[in-house]
Amino acid sequence: MEKFDGQAVSWGLTDGIVELALHREPCNEIGLLTLEELEEFAAALEGLNNQAHALIIYSSLKCGFSAGADLKELFRISQEMDRNEAVKGVRDYLERIHRVMNAIDGSPLTTIAAVHGVTFGGGFELALVCDLIIADKMARFCFPELRLGLIPGFGGIPRLKRDLGNGVVRDLLLTGRSFNATKAQQVGLVSQTVPEGESLKVARATAVQLRKFDRRTAIAAKEFIKPIPYEELRREIEIFCELFAEPAVEAGLRKFAESTGTQPYLP
Amino acid sequence: MLTLNQTLEEILTLAASHFKVAREKLSPDDDFFRTLGINSLQTLELLTRLEHHFQIELPDYELQGVSDFRTLAQRIQARL
Repeated sequence: MEKFDGQAVSWGLTDGIVELALHREPCNEIGLLTLEELEEFAAALEGLNNQAHALIIYSSLKCGFSAGADLKELFRISQEMDRNEAVKGVRDYLERIHRVMNAIDGSPLTTIAAVHGVTFGGGFELALVCDLIIADKMARFCFPELRLGLIPGFGGIPRLKRDLGNGVVRDLLLTGRSFNATKAQQVGLVSQTVPEGESLKVARATAVQLRKFDRRTAIAAKEFIKPIPYEELRREIEIFCELFAEPAVEAGLRKFAESTGTQPYLP
Repeated sequence: MLTLNQTLEEILTLAASHFKVAREKLSPDDDFFRTLGINSLQTLELLTRLEHHFQIELPDYELQGVSDFRTLAQRIQARL
């Protein structure tokens, strides 16, 4: 399928460039609807791989790239089940999102995340599957999961470890603090920091440039330099599910879901 | 280096300009969430703008419980 207009995401193919747009209000929270549409995208990607050389993922919402997993939905659904059922449901959800993330991560296309604003949690993890991150100077990155009694569950830690020094990974993970695009570029997470409102434009210009390269060479280079850390990704799912069974998680999710405060993201 | 009052003035000017509020309507002891009418995502945006403006890193946990411009200026001043 070369074109899709969904409720949470849309994609299209133009001149060898696939563009995946995120547009679920309020800030691209990744819940079941987004997951289902991303699964459709992952299935379509196999067909698109032969017709394209690059993929750009971006958000068309002003607030940012993505605020991460839909915690309010997760809390609501988990309240309708007993704890064992909820853990089983979470495991199923993680297995599905990991398949999507791995499909994008391992795609032969050169992949670019064009990010702006809030790039938190699962949204940050979606950006991390891409080969390049081009960030608007107002982008902000964070893994706030520890405040819920969890670790990132969409493959964030193994992919951060793949890309960055362990000191930065521990800082992001253990303090739960957010940092801006300038810092993200300094530590090697972001390849380009661009003026406000320019990330998609720069990503498109970069994708056009990539067309000049031989595809087989680009694919070989990517496979060589960017292995998918499957073993650690499996371990992440196990740790997440172990932690999710703890009562502290339910309390953390409730606090977030019911929060009316102005700083609910703060640890 | 800027004095605390200069830092405070620059914060008030930046906030007024970005959130389109008349500068004279902002006072150092105002609750900036209420005065600027900003939500949690806009607060992050303000934090990023302040970091760029003052060329500092301001971990967001240092802002926990901070809601007035004067205290915000003190936190920034400590990082200059």
